[in-house]
Amino acid sequence: MATMTNHGDDAVIRTQQLRKVYAGAPGFGPPGARSGGPPGARPPGSINGPGNRAANGAVGGAPDKPRDAAVDSLDLEVGRGEIFGLLGPNGAGKSTTIGMLTTRIVPTSGTAMVAGIDVIAEPAATKQHIGVVTQTNTLDRALTVRENLVFHGRYFGMTNKQARVEADRLLEVFRLGDKRDVGVQTLSGGLAQRLMVARSIMHRPSVLFLDEPTAGLDPQTRLSLWELIRELNADGQTVLLTTHYMEEADELCGRLAIMDHGRILALDTPDGLKRSVDADTVVTITAAGDAGGLATALAGGDGVVKAEATTRGVEVHMRAAPGIVPRLMTSAADAGFEVTDVSVAEPSLETVFIQLTGKDLRD
Amino acid sequence: MAATTITDPSTSSAERVTATAKAAFIALLARDLTVLRKEFRMFLARTVMQPLLLMFVFTYVFPKIGQGVGGGAGASRFSTLLVGGVIASTMIFQGIQAVALPLVQDFGFTREIEDRVLAPLPVGAIALEKVVAGAVQALVAGLLVFPMGLFIPATKIDLHINYPLLIAVMVLGAFMSASLGLFVGTRVEPRQVPLIFGLLVIPMTFLGAVYYPWQSLEPLRWLQIVVLANPLVYLSEGMRAALTTGVPHMASAVVLVVLAAAGALLMRVGVAGFRKRVLS
Repeated sequence: MATMTNHGDDAVIRTQQLRKVYAGAPGFGPPGARSGGPPGARPPGSINGPGNRAANGAVGGAPDKPRDAAVDSLDLEVGRGEIFGLLGPNGAGKSTTIGMLTTRIVPTSGTAMVAGIDVIAEPAATKQHIGVVTQTNTLDRALTVRENLVFHGRYFGMTNKQARVEADRLLEVFRLGDKRDVGVQTLSGGLAQRLMVARSIMHRPSVLFLDEPTAGLDPQTRLSLWELIRELNADGQTVLLTTHYMEEADELCGRLAIMDHGRILALDTPDGLKRSVDADTVVTITAAGDAGGLATALAGGDGVVKAEATTRGVEVHMRAAPGIVPRLMTSAADAGFEVTDVSVAEPSLETVFIQLTGKDLRD
Repeated sequence: MAATTITDPSTSSAERVTATAKAAFIALLARDLTVLRKEFRMFLARTVMQPLLLMFVFTYVFPKIGQGVGGGAGASRFSTLLVGGVIASTMIFQGIQAVALPLVQDFGFTREIEDRVLAPLPVGAIALEKVVAGAVQALVAGLLVFPMGLFIPATKIDLHINYPLLIAVMVLGAFMSASLGLFVGTRVEPRQVPLIFGLLVIPMTFLGAVYYPWQSLEPLRWLQIVVLANPLVYLSEGMRAALTTGVPHMASAVVLVVLAAAGALLMRVGVAGFRKRVLS
């Protein structure tokens, strides 16, 4: 795999065979509440095309094992200075992975090293080296904006003075200066999130973990947060983030692991992942009537790699040749379908995800 | 900015971790005391009202309207023994208010605790810090009751203070009260909060030897034995032992040993409950 880098000793995060089974998750029934996959589902990589890049050789491995783990056989290596993304639907195991790397979830088995420290053996030592933004607002409601930063700095060993100086600097950088003395309850969602990020880097962590950092934010706020994350990264901050937004993964991440049902299905740069798709053009056709029938009618066409019915219409993967779209239209019409909508696009991470899992990221 | 700190695993000695943890513990305590100072009026309001009314009604109003408990010289004796009981119940109540209620909120919906759990110290130490901060509040609450005992009663109050014993009882009592708060806080869901008062605080107070010496339950032998399960009994008895002469009370040694043991047990179970709530 061309883009798989071996980080050697420079890896800030390294996991081996990391696995989490929540207590109470039945052996053969549906997995624990947070892992949420269908019981007994086959490893999703099974419909794989040539683009299915197993990150760790574990995909499809141990097929006899019941699918009860929220995270299974996770081998991950993140190098210093990367923005690394975990992309997947809700319940894919992203938050469980972050939870294990940040000491809040105790792995069932496997190993995890962060900043050279064994997370499982030395959770308290690990915490000194990580910054975490969780999905919920965990700001200290009894304190002001500035106090949130100052006390956080002090938890991490800064003197009161150091913490104040650093807090004031970050309030400027994060454009929160005019809110410094207000209670955090009055902050909008976007400002609260910005303060959470500021707080998480107060103590200069080796790795910044962002769990769905822009979930629930409006598009404008999301863009400004992306900018902020990029700036931090440009200054050398290693970031591991989870997201179920393709654009976010595409825009921000240097490398990505696509996860589903607790496993990594593919791991590469966003471009590498997109190149792994079996086609260079994806045409989505909406028509009245039986989508499955339409897919069958189009499947054999010239330049068509694959045609299948999805929730958004029939998706046709093609290797582009001149005049290919009109030919598709003709085939559809010949088969008696009235086409209502056509869109032509390059493969996206969504395409990659569908190819790997057979389902839409939004499903 | 955000220069990454590189850790050589070989230097991550227990010593360095302990120093970090100690600093974090002190900072967490500083945070709780800052919040206490910021919200001191609220603290006063929630702390003072109950003992104030108890003292006012039982030791001022009743003797004045001729309903004094004990009657005549007995009224003075009653006021004297009530001071210790009221301080004890105030401390227990504060332990629950200061530790249990915020924890229930944290676990239930604010999830602020998730941030505190990420501070660089063992999870058990974070729970311990909650107990220490709660014990300070219980102690302050108990001290606030003293002036009430001096100024409110209409009858004479006859206190003979054994200071070393008083300090020992109050410190252990505060620790036990806050540990009880930790224990309750890690086991109760937000919707069950009213039950804390209905099923725990009120029975504990009424059957906690607050208004009567434990020994006077003698005629109701079964009750006298049953209430021994109530830690407030020992705190009330201990306060009376430290504040009065002439009022019967349990042996001071028994009081101190039981308070320490109950505190340690509740603490232990509370810390385990805390770990269970924040780690999965």
